[in-house]
Amino acid sequence: MEFFKFKKSIPFMKHALLFNVISLLTFLLAVFFLWKNGLHLSIEFTGGAVMEVKYAQAVQPDQIRTTLDKAGVVGAEVIKFGSAQDILIRLPRPAAVDQNQNAAMESIKGRVMAALLATDKSAELKRIEFVGSSVGKELAYDGALALLAVCIGILAYLAVRFEWRFAVATIIANLHDVVIILGFFAFFQWEFSLPVLAAVLAILGYSVNESVVVFDRARENFRKMRKATTPEIFDAAITGTISRTIITHGTTQMVVLAMLILGGPALHYFALALTIGICFGIYSSVLVACPIANYLGVSREDFVKPVKKEDEPEVISAQP
Amino acid sequence: MNKYPAWKYVVIALALVMALIYTVPNLFGESPAVQVSGLRTNKIDVALQTRVTDALKSASVSTDSIEIHGESLRIKFKDADAQIKAKDVITATLGEGYVAALFNLSSSPAWLSRLNAFPMYLGLDLRGGVHFLMQVDMKAAVDKAVDRYLGESRALLRDKKIFYSGIAREANTVVVRFKERVEADKALKELGTQYAELAIRESTQAEQIVITLTMKPETMVKLQESALQQNITALRKRVNELGVSEPIVQQQGADRILIQLAGVTDPARAKDVIGRTATLEFRMVAEEYMAGRNFEQFRNEPAPFGTEKMIGASDEIVLVRKLVILTGDKVTDAQPGFDSEQGNRPLVNIRLDGAGGRAMTLATRENVGKNMAVILIEKGKPEVLSWPTIQSELGAQFRITGISSSLEAKNLALLMRAGALAAPMEIIEERTIGPSLGAENIEKGKNSLLFGFALITIFMVAYYSLFGVVSVISLAANLLFLIALLSMLQATLTLPGIAAIALTLGMAIDANVLINERIREELRNGMSPQMAIQTGYERALDTIIDSNVTTLIAGLALLIWGSGPVRGFAVVHCLGIMTSIFSAVMVSRGIVNFIYGGRKKVASLAIGNVSWAKTAKIAKAS
Repeated sequence: MEFFKFKKSIPFMKHALLFNVISLLTFLLAVFFLWKNGLHLSIEFTGGAVMEVKYAQAVQPDQIRTTLDKAGVVGAEVIKFGSAQDILIRLPRPAAVDQNQNAAMESIKGRVMAALLATDKSAELKRIEFVGSSVGKELAYDGALALLAVCIGILAYLAVRFEWRFAVATIIANLHDVVIILGFFAFFQWEFSLPVLAAVLAILGYSVNESVVVFDRARENFRKMRKATTPEIFDAAITGTISRTIITHGTTQMVVLAMLILGGPALHYFALALTIGICFGIYSSVLVACPIANYLGVSREDFVKPVKKEDEPEVISAQP
Repeated sequence: MNKYPAWKYVVIALALVMALIYTVPNLFGESPAVQVSGLRTNKIDVALQTRVTDALKSASVSTDSIEIHGESLRIKFKDADAQIKAKDVITATLGEGYVAALFNLSSSPAWLSRLNAFPMYLGLDLRGGVHFLMQVDMKAAVDKAVDRYLGESRALLRDKKIFYSGIAREANTVVVRFKERVEADKALKELGTQYAELAIRESTQAEQIVITLTMKPETMVKLQESALQQNITALRKRVNELGVSEPIVQQQGADRILIQLAGVTDPARAKDVIGRTATLEFRMVAEEYMAGRNFEQFRNEPAPFGTEKMIGASDEIVLVRKLVILTGDKVTDAQPGFDSEQGNRPLVNIRLDGAGGRAMTLATRENVGKNMAVILIEKGKPEVLSWPTIQSELGAQFRITGISSSLEAKNLALLMRAGALAAPMEIIEERTIGPSLGAENIEKGKNSLLFGFALITIFMVAYYSLFGVVSVISLAANLLFLIALLSMLQATLTLPGIAAIALTLGMAIDANVLINERIREELRNGMSPQMAIQTGYERALDTIIDSNVTTLIAGLALLIWGSGPVRGFAVVHCLGIMTSIFSAVMVSRGIVNFIYGGRKKVASLAIGNVSWAKTAKIAKAS
């Protein structure tokens, strides 16, 4: 079986401007929604409580909302969680001063369960999470720090392994993915939790692979194809690796798809973030990174060092 | 060509056998068990084991195995009914000195356990349980220490008959004022020898000599460290009273304590015992304001200077002095008992450490006949547990008598024991996961892993034929290595961890795809099959390492800065990257070499269709 049979290099770089405009537009849209809607942060970040309750039969979140309103529980958010029998109640952090926060939270939780049990005896509390406000701030800070560390680490590695222009192009392309994933979460108001953060950072490390593979090939082409222009080099590199890029992303997506379908609500947004990351990763690490590297002015001289030039004929003759 | 030396096959085979041994325990599932642990000084020994065995035999409860494991006795059963019955029998036989807890024990055979091969350690989200994160109030710890220094230095100066004009606490310092130079010098000498850990400064203020005692920065750090350690110890004791198997009580960060109790089904009770953010204090009752044994006249009045108004156990008002004689951290043990001399009345026996004993002697020597209050402070609210009369000069061991019921004696003893916290704590994070949810999570995680693996298998075999099979085998080896490594390290596996296993598999196949694509390409370029294998693996290696390094950078950052679920994900992710390099490069190459290596003539490779390329050379622009 063979999916990709290209007889010639595809002139990707000719349409670079188009790709860039598309990228810029999606990027700006993502930034806009992040600014307008913000992220729907999970209680891990905001503080508050989450209760997962299972019923013997299907329930309507609206009914439960009414029940809670009657019981005087303010600001509770009720959603379905996985099946129709499961609901998730999100309680905001009580406004009480820090010292009494625990007690306040405790009494609210008690009231919620009492109210739920009063209307339906089958209500079973499956999970409670309570997070104080101080923890959330640290998590957000640590998350940002981790993102920064990943960027610097990758930048440094690529700068040493390749060339600074490739490193910059790769990081820009992949951060653009991160912003787009966040944009999706802001637009749909999906819950942004710690596992989603992990997914975003993992996908950042993973997508960089694609850029690495393409640039690796570009470097090889710079040595082999002596007469070609830089865009031609990139076209050949992209064409030569696109089969592998799509297949590896496809296989990764297969697992992620399995998680999305079978993983249940706990892994839902995690898998969703990975899916978006993988789809945009194919596109951006190839079609965004290469034009940027081109604009930054990478040239043959950056790879084929004068000293190495003497070995050049040998290298070529080794290639049939 | 393409032959591996024998030692490489040996390495691969050894790695696989090791991985198999350490993976196998995960397949056996768990059987219900009871863990018996001794409270306080009660030890688990062979005699106890015989007692339990006999008791279970006479109650005709059949057991699978009974063995001593560290400081506990573990008994395995065939079914949950026997487990529950056994727990009742054991509790009835051993009484209150021991705790029996229900839990699940791996049912993998003993010879595997002897090889240190245990199943993966499941996190709370997979097995159900309670998780607490406690914040230790360091400011309160410092407050308390300064108060203690104030009390002690006042006592010291009085003891040495040094005359000061005033002693008081100002912010976090103790300030002593003197009218006369001689006295100040004497005080400087005494305080200096007594407190090497304090910075002592002298100044003059309004014709008075002022000595200021301040904690040195290193003293502060030491104080906070020991406060945290003390609280951890106290929490361990409390958790032991709950009778949970394998409880986790550990430090997290500079001022936090993590508690994880797996399999706890009643979080309310756990919280009751753990969440009791209590400290214990002994102070003298302000006798001069007492009318009879009564302070009712102060119910609506403010407390007089130097005293504090508190509520007693039966809602009575008690006025106590501000000076703390000693705090709960000096209490090493408190046990309920009966007074055999006075008609078996309930009492509590208390044992203090050396410093506590000396402080107690000092305080009670001149106060016989007066009352001392035992105060429990919970969430900043003090409650006088008891205010007995001092019968004689007390030392490191004494008892509180005159308690109305044995239940009250038991509670008081428990509170005094458990109240030994150096600083108050607050729960800042709490998670309770029901056991059914844990089982569901395992099921879902496992299903998505298997389904994903199946999808990859179908695709790889269809797309790369024999080389696809090789890739899938090496991917399976990767999964085996990863699970073995997780079991070996006993790293905690959580739901994000399972997700990481799945994701790692999806990413690990990347290396195989790279290799296969490269071999195909070399074939298309007209290389001989053997050469194509050789160059394909060689060329792909650079790229595989590059791409894994960048993924590893992300994984490490998550490991360092991540917490909770992120860390669970990162551990597995990082380990998975390591195993995938080994299995993609060593194992798959080994299999390919085994199939094609050494053959003189290989006409073609079973790597899917490459024939079309023979007419057109790809990407050869030059």
